[in-house]
Amino acid sequence: MGETLFVQGNEAVGHGAMAAGCEAFFGYPITPQNEITEWFAREFPPQGKVFVQSQSEIASINMVFGAAATGVRCMTSTSSPGWSLMQEGMSMLSNAELPCVVVLVQRGGPGAGTTRHSQMDYNSATRGGGGGGYHDIVLAPASVQEQHDHVQLAFHLADKYRNPVIVLSDAILGQMAEPLEVKALNYNSLPAKEWAVRGRDHQSDGQRRLILPAQGFMPSKAYPNYLTFVNNLDQKFKEMRRTEVRFELQDVEDARVILVAFGSLARVCQGAMEMARGEGKKVGLVRPISLWPFPAQAIRKLARDGVKFLVVEDNLGQMLEDVESAIGESAPVHFLGMLARHEAREMGMIFPDRVLEEINKVY
Amino acid sequence: MAVKKEKVAGGSDLWIRPEFAVIPSCPGCQEPVVGQLILEVVEEMGLDGEAIVVPGVGCTTFLPVIWNMDAVLTAHGRPCDVATAVKRVTKAPLVFTVQGDGDCFAIGAGPTVSAALRGENITVITMSNTNYGTTGGQMSPTTVTGQRTTTTPEGRGEMQGHPAHVPELLGGIKGVAYTARGAVNTPANLQKAKRYIKEAFQKQLDGAGFSLVEIIVACPPNWHYTPIDCLKFIDETLLAEFPLGEFKNVDRVEQPIPVPAQ
Ligand code: SF4
Repeated sequence: MGETLFVQGNEAVGHGAMAAGCEAFFGYPITPQNEITEWFAREFPPQGKVFVQSQSEIASINMVFGAAATGVRCMTSTSSPGWSLMQEGMSMLSNAELPCVVVLVQRGGPGAGTTRHSQMDYNSATRGGGGGGYHDIVLAPASVQEQHDHVQLAFHLADKYRNPVIVLSDAILGQMAEPLEVKALNYNSLPAKEWAVRGRDHQSDGQRRLILPAQGFMPSKAYPNYLTFVNNLDQKFKEMRRTEVRFELQDVEDARVILVAFGSLARVCQGAMEMARGEGKKVGLVRPISLWPFPAQAIRKLARDGVKFLVVEDNLGQMLEDVESAIGESAPVHFLGMLARHEAREMGMIFPDRVLEEINKVY
Repeated sequence: MAVKKEKVAGGSDLWIRPEFAVIPSCPGCQEPVVGQLILEVVEEMGLDGEAIVVPGVGCTTFLPVIWNMDAVLTAHGRPCDVATAVKRVTKAPLVFTVQGDGDCFAIGAGPTVSAALRGENITVITMSNTNYGTTGGQMSPTTVTGQRTTTTPEGRGEMQGHPAHVPELLGGIKGVAYTARGAVNTPANLQKAKRYIKEAFQKQLDGAGFSLVEIIVACPPNWHYTPIDCLKFIDETLLAEFPLGEFKNVDRVEQPIPVPAQ
C-alpha cells in the first residue's frame, strides 16, 4: 500500500512519472497544465533529475527527443495549442522509434480556443497529428488515480514498443482533486535499451549508435531500405491493435441504451447512468480507455437487436466517428456533444441531468 | 548501424565507410575539411569514445553519419534543443552540434539563441556556405548582399534582409563562454579554425557555458565557381563581410545580478 494523498489530477501525473522512474521532464507554460510543469520544477532537481523549462513546445518535444535517444524515461506535458506545435516532433519520434510520454491536457479549440476544458483533441491525438501516417497509443484516464496509473502504463508501453504514448487528459481531470494512492505499478521487465546513445566507449559492444528520424532513408542493418522500415511500423501498429486495446464495460448486459464516453465525460455519464437505473431504465456504459487502438470490436459485439448507442463527448463529434464505424448499420448511434453544455460561455459543461434527458429521448 | 572500419579520408581513423555512403559531399566542398578538423580535435583531446554529436539537417548531416561516434540526428533546426537534453541527461563531457547556417540561424534560430540564453554547456559547430546547398542553392542567412541564389535571382537585396553575424550576436549574451568565426580557405586560416574548435570544446570541458564556432565553407556547385575561384570569393567577398576571429572568450559564465531573496 502506498501513501494516500489528496491532490489535483495534474499533480498526480508527477507522482505517476516519479513512480515510473522518469528521469527528465521538459515543459513550457500553458494553461491548463501548468501544475504539471510546476510539479516537476519543484520535485525533480532536488533528486538530481532533469527539469528544463523550454522556450516553446517545439523545443519541449525536441528535448524529449534528445533525452529519449539516451535511453532514459522522459516526458513532457502540454495543452492544445502547444500540442499543435509538437506535431513535427511527434512524427520524428515515431520515425526514430523513441519511447516517451506526452500528457495532453485538452482545452477548448480550435486555435487558441479557451483555457477551459474540452475533448476536442481526440482526432488529433488518435490520428497521428504530424505528417507521415503514424500511430501513438492514446490512454484516456477518467480519475486522478488513473492520471497517476496511466502515466506509469504509458511509460511501460512506450518502452515496449519504442513509440511515443499519449495520456489524453483535460482541464477537468487536471484541475480536480481526489484521493490518490501513490504506488509503483509492476509491469513485465523489458530488455535494456541497447540502441541508446551514451558515448561509443560506453556501449556494450564498443560500436557507435546512430539515432535518426530518417530511418528507412539512411539504410541500416535493421532497415536496409524504406519499405523494410515502413513494414516494421506496420507490424508494430498491428501488434498494438491486437494487444493494447483497453476499455471498461458497466451494466451493458441488459442495457437498451449504451452510453459511450471517455475521460471526464465518462464520469458524467456514470452519474447519468445511475440516475437512469434509479428510474428503472436499463442503461449501460462503455468507456474506451485506449482511444487508439480503439475498442471497436468490443463495441461491435454490443450492437445486438434493440440496443441503441448514445455517444457523449465534449466536442462536436470525434470519437463518434470511431463508434459509428465500429457499429455500422447494426444499431442506431445517437450523439450528445458540446452544444449540450449548460451554458454558452467557455465554462459550460455537459451535466448528468442533460445526459439523462437525452437517454430518455432515445430510450 | 553496421560499420566497416575502412578509412575513406586521410587523417582520422574516425571516418568509417557504412554500406551507403563514401564522402557525401560535392567535389570541392569544404565541409569534409571542417569534418576532418573536428575529428582531429576530438581525437587529440581523447574524447571520441565519450563524445555525442548532434547533427542538424542539410549537407552537414551526412558527415557525422560516417563518424565512428555516437550520434543523434534531429529534425531541421532542432540540434540545440536535442543537444540540451542529451547533455543534461548524460552529462557526457562533449556534446556538440554540427549544423549549416540555415539549420543554425534560420529555422534553428530559436533553439540556438535559447540554448545560448540558458547558458547550456554545449558546443555548436556551424558551417556557413551562404546558401541552402542540399535543396539546390536557395538564399540562406549568410548569403551576402548582391549574391545570386535560386531565390534571389537578381542578387540578395534590401528586401531580403542582411547577412547574419551570429558569433558577434551571441557574444553579447551572458551564458555564452565562447564564439568565433573561422575559415579553411588557406592553411593558416585552417590551423586557426582548428584552434577555435579546440578552444570551444575546452570551454565545454571546463563547464564555462555555451560555445559556438562558425566556419565559412566553399560550395562550388551552388556558387557556380570552380573550387579555386571559390577561394577567391571567400577571400575577397565573404571575409570582407564576415571577419574572422574570436568574439567572446571568457572562462566562466558571467553571472547576471541576482535579486535579493524573495
Ligand atoms: S551543395 Fe555545397 S555545401 Fe552541400 S555538399 Fe555540395 S558543395 Fe558542399
